[in-house]
Amino acid sequence: MKIHEYQAKQILSQFGVQIPRGEVADTPSKAREIAEKIGPKVVLKAQVHAGGRGKGGGIKLVNTPEETEKLAQEMIGMTLVTHQTGPEGKLVRRIMVEEALDIDKELYVGIVIDRAKEAPVVMASSEGGVEIERVAAETPELIFKEYINPATGFQVFQARKLAFKLGLVGNTLKQAVKFILGLYKVFESVDASLAEINPLLITKQGNVLALDAKINIDDNALLRHPDIKEMRDFDEEEPLEVEASKYNLNYIKLDGNVGCMVNGAGLAMATMDLIMHTGGKPANFLDVGGGVSEESVKNAFKILVSDKDVKAALINIFGGIVRCDLVASGIVKAAKELDLKVPMVVRLEGTNVELGKKILNESGLSFYSASSMKEAAEKVVPLAQQ
Amino acid sequence: MSILIDETTRVVIQGITGGEGTFHTQRMQEYGTKVVAGVTPGKGGQTHLGVPVFNTVEDAVKEEGANAAAIFVPPFFAADAIMEAADAGVKVVVCITEGIPTFNMIKVKQLLKCKACNLIGPNTPGVISPGKCKIGIMPGHIHTPGTIGIISRSGTLTYEAVQQVSQQGYGQSSAIGIGGDPIVGLKFIDLLKLFKEDKDTEAVILIGEIGGTAEEEAAEYIKKEFNKPVASFIAGQTAPPGRRMGHAGAIIAGGKGTAKEKMKALEDAGVSVAKSPAEIGAKIKEALS
Repeated sequence: MKIHEYQAKQILSQFGVQIPRGEVADTPSKAREIAEKIGPKVVLKAQVHAGGRGKGGGIKLVNTPEETEKLAQEMIGMTLVTHQTGPEGKLVRRIMVEEALDIDKELYVGIVIDRAKEAPVVMASSEGGVEIERVAAETPELIFKEYINPATGFQVFQARKLAFKLGLVGNTLKQAVKFILGLYKVFESVDASLAEINPLLITKQGNVLALDAKINIDDNALLRHPDIKEMRDFDEEEPLEVEASKYNLNYIKLDGNVGCMVNGAGLAMATMDLIMHTGGKPANFLDVGGGVSEESVKNAFKILVSDKDVKAALINIFGGIVRCDLVASGIVKAAKELDLKVPMVVRLEGTNVELGKKILNESGLSFYSASSMKEAAEKVVPLAQQ
Repeated sequence: MSILIDETTRVVIQGITGGEGTFHTQRMQEYGTKVVAGVTPGKGGQTHLGVPVFNTVEDAVKEEGANAAAIFVPPFFAADAIMEAADAGVKVVVCITEGIPTFNMIKVKQLLKCKACNLIGPNTPGVISPGKCKIGIMPGHIHTPGTIGIISRSGTLTYEAVQQVSQQGYGQSSAIGIGGDPIVGLKFIDLLKLFKEDKDTEAVILIGEIGGTAEEEAAEYIKKEFNKPVASFIAGQTAPPGRRMGHAGAIIAGGKGTAKEKMKALEDAGVSVAKSPAEIGAKIKEALS
């Protein structure tokens, strides 16, 4: 799960990690109030789940509370377009009003799980303020790494090594060591999958603070963090995806016109790939779960038909232990109830497949049936293009 | 022959009295798997589905000689269940459970480093050696004994591959789902090593997907040391970056873990890579000819 910068900073602050003074505002007058408290000079930052905000006009430096109010008026409600939002952009609903600091250096520190090493890795770089993927590609020697032994945890000497490699000295070095240790504490305590401070700010006074903060949480661990689960911002997500998540369906909207309903994530991805190879474009990823039920089929149909871009649908169910006759009855019932208009190609496989096909054929509904994935794709792609 | 499990394997089911545990234990028994015990803490002494239930895995090992375990317990208890099985000396542990927090799995893997235990999963359909033993939730009847080894990160896509292989006239020596999570037990490379030593496995199908670098590591190993034909398919060629595609581990992060990179690495290692999932069967035939 993704959270906003201001939420990430709230968490950092709870763990004693230094952040600039600031608050979040959803109205221009609130923004002005904050500026009066911590200003006069402040930075306004659009709160959306996307990077590259500065270039898109989502970060502004202002000198007075009056100017803050005026600019906040423009920013709250604007559609921010960055390289991560796509061309449609994202609506800005809140801004952060933060003290403006004298910047000496912009560094980088980030923590992720290294899947190959099966351990968290803390990465630091002198090249902050730019995309770390670019640094990794162009100048990998400027990224320093320390792997964490899960049994013993992150050691002080490891944080110290990183701080020295960043070229820090004196009190700044001490602050950086404390900062990095604190960030790891956050990462571990909230079950993060990513905790990234970019840039990590060194002020002209030599202080170390998180100028930006990005924290992603492991979805599988959310149940043990009810306070963080509350931070989910549904406005940042595709409405159909939010709807699907209520039904425990894995759904991701894409930009094609062939709707897919598949059981199992791997098969669902493979079905999308097959549609592409057949000359079509998938409209979505939709996994109804390995053990597909009548209920999940019905809910999946609801999602599929709410997407106006879907011109034809491919239903690919490899039942296995699940009985195909039950799946077929579920499909028929849902199709009748929801009055489906788009042409549908159904490929069923598994236990009682013949009975399942019979139910579909005798339902009076117009399904195209297919006996292999390939045949299903070859039938559905032209239907979507009509 | 086969790898990991065969007709002599004695299985304990952790979470046997639960709904999923009960349903799938019955399916395993029907297939002929020797289910010798169940474990549900607090229900020791009972009998369920004709097998004795114990409070601990240790008891199941001591009393019934269990040497493999299948785990059907909820996500927040599953890491503990894996560690209990490993600690009791169980050699093959199959964790079906989906949704275990990553940090829990990191700790499990740390513990497994000093245990002689092969973990399959979590978030896996399990492992099957057709005609001999099935530990998991896959439909047994689609499998036939034979000479093709299958290793996959998926569930239903593996069934699809099994079916295509059967249509080409081949059976399987063993088929293993390694799990869809970012941190799993045995990986492609570990299983390739086992298939290399299995004299009845003639060729291997490797079904990967976006996310991580397990396929690239496998490609490296195949290039250097693996002497049997390999065919492969990588799911997620059309997956958008930064999105989790159903499986917790199926995500292109920071531009890394794309299907394209994986397909190229495998092709460079001499693997027959199917571009379309409909060609998996044809590719293994090609690889064998």
